[in-house]
Amino acid sequence: MSDSKDERGRAVRQVRPFLEELEAKPFWANLREHKLTAQRCKACGKFFTFPPQGSCPHCLSSDYDWIAVSGKGKVYSFVTYHRAWHPAYQDKTPYNVSLIDLDEGPRLISNVVGCKHDEVKIGMPVEIVYDDREEYTLPQFRPVE
Amino acid sequence: MANISGKYAIVGVAETRVGKRPEASTHSLHLEVIKACLDDAGLKAADIDGFITNQPLNDAHRSYAVRMANMARMAPNFATDLALGGATPIAMVQHAVMAIESGMANTVMCVHARKRGTPDPTPGHPIRHGDEHWEEPWGHFSAVANHAFAAQRHMYEFGTTSEDLAHVAVATRKHACLNNNATMRKPMTIADHQASRFICEPLRLFDCALESDGGGAVIVTSAERARDFPKRPVAILGMGQHHPHFSLMDAPTLTTLGGNKSSELAYKMAGLGPKDMNFAEIYDCFTITTMITLEDYGFCKKGEGKDFVKNGRIEVGGELPVNTHGGLLSQAHIEGMLHVTEAAKQLRGNEVEPERQVKNAKAGIVSGHGGSLCMHATLILGAL
Repeated sequence: MSDSKDERGRAVRQVRPFLEELEAKPFWANLREHKLTAQRCKACGKFFTFPPQGSCPHCLSSDYDWIAVSGKGKVYSFVTYHRAWHPAYQDKTPYNVSLIDLDEGPRLISNVVGCKHDEVKIGMPVEIVYDDREEYTLPQFRPVE
Repeated sequence: MANISGKYAIVGVAETRVGKRPEASTHSLHLEVIKACLDDAGLKAADIDGFITNQPLNDAHRSYAVRMANMARMAPNFATDLALGGATPIAMVQHAVMAIESGMANTVMCVHARKRGTPDPTPGHPIRHGDEHWEEPWGHFSAVANHAFAAQRHMYEFGTTSEDLAHVAVATRKHACLNNNATMRKPMTIADHQASRFICEPLRLFDCALESDGGGAVIVTSAERARDFPKRPVAILGMGQHHPHFSLMDAPTLTTLGGNKSSELAYKMAGLGPKDMNFAEIYDCFTITTMITLEDYGFCKKGEGKDFVKNGRIEVGGELPVNTHGGLLSQAHIEGMLHVTEAAKQLRGNEVEPERQVKNAKAGIVSGHGGSLCMHATLILGAL
């Protein structure tokens, strides 16, 4: 995928996460060990939102921990891509992208997998699936049985 | 702070021909509309002492306001690029007012041109919004999808349907059919909309804005000086902005957006309310954006947009004509610059095709909306 080209033959950027991002490094490292974690403020006790950031969005304290969360949540909203914006997704349409509200509060952009795209519903309970790729592990979600 | 409602006015208005302009570049479209706007106001380049542009989506264009001012041989005392996505054209007018109120400038030109309908022959690289690496690994790429998330929520919370959204597209197309400078001039039916393919479900092709080449510009000065200009001035009555979140992952809601607070601020400054508006030029990157903004602006209750947009209510001749030029959906997508110029032309009178002129237009509201549904700006204009 390193030499992806768009329909006009121009090189396009890769669609992988930025694993070295200062604030997000523990998130990706923990996922490699199949642990979903989120930042929680040590001053006010609240969870941060995603993407990760250097201080608490509620009280601006920069004292926080990466806390393991349950990996369970609900679909807040979802869409079905019928068109690919990137060559890497050309043969994947139609595919789901969802906003997942974790039970602990933070929301992630992710995919609901393990069911058809037209079976996804708002409010549907989901749980994490760890998709191990060559260089990173992508958190995705599947319907709770 | 003293109320500045009505203290400033638009005295120059111009648009280029829109659609596919393969012979033009981003730079040349700017220069074309700069000249047209100077001509409209009866000014020379040297008369402009404040100059504002929209940060182009191409990083070769850094410090764009100064670059374009120089190409037109202006040497302004105030210049800046703004970057609020589709809220930028309105923000440009607001910054023009602030620059004049502060004493830094007297006559400010606001310009935006865009080259998206045909390939841009100007070198450069697209600018990132910054969170791509938190979206693209899951296959999330586009503005369509961000708005499809909102449409899905609107459908879930209020029972809105794809067919309800079709009414927005059809009414907007009717206006484009009356506009000689519109890209899409073939009438559209509800059935046409419903037969158009899903791009990012629940949004279909005809829920989406065009990709266009073209530009627009306005000149702002004091209402006192405005009387000396050749065309009828248009008063700036109310202004507001509100930016409630940045990432979709942090949006408190997807069905009430920044327009709610932004319009409240603008109405307050103008001393007017929704009932005083004779028309509305609503940023319509997608049909759902029009519907949510009409609700946020108080033209109907939250969740009732689906009924409000029906039965000709938002067409010229109806209760609240919306996007009388054909909008981003059917005229052209210049990131809302033409919503501003259209509102000004409606209030000047005798500047648009008579079939789409709002009768006795005294006041109109304009919305701008950008990013991942996160940025909003509002302008209320009035006839002088």
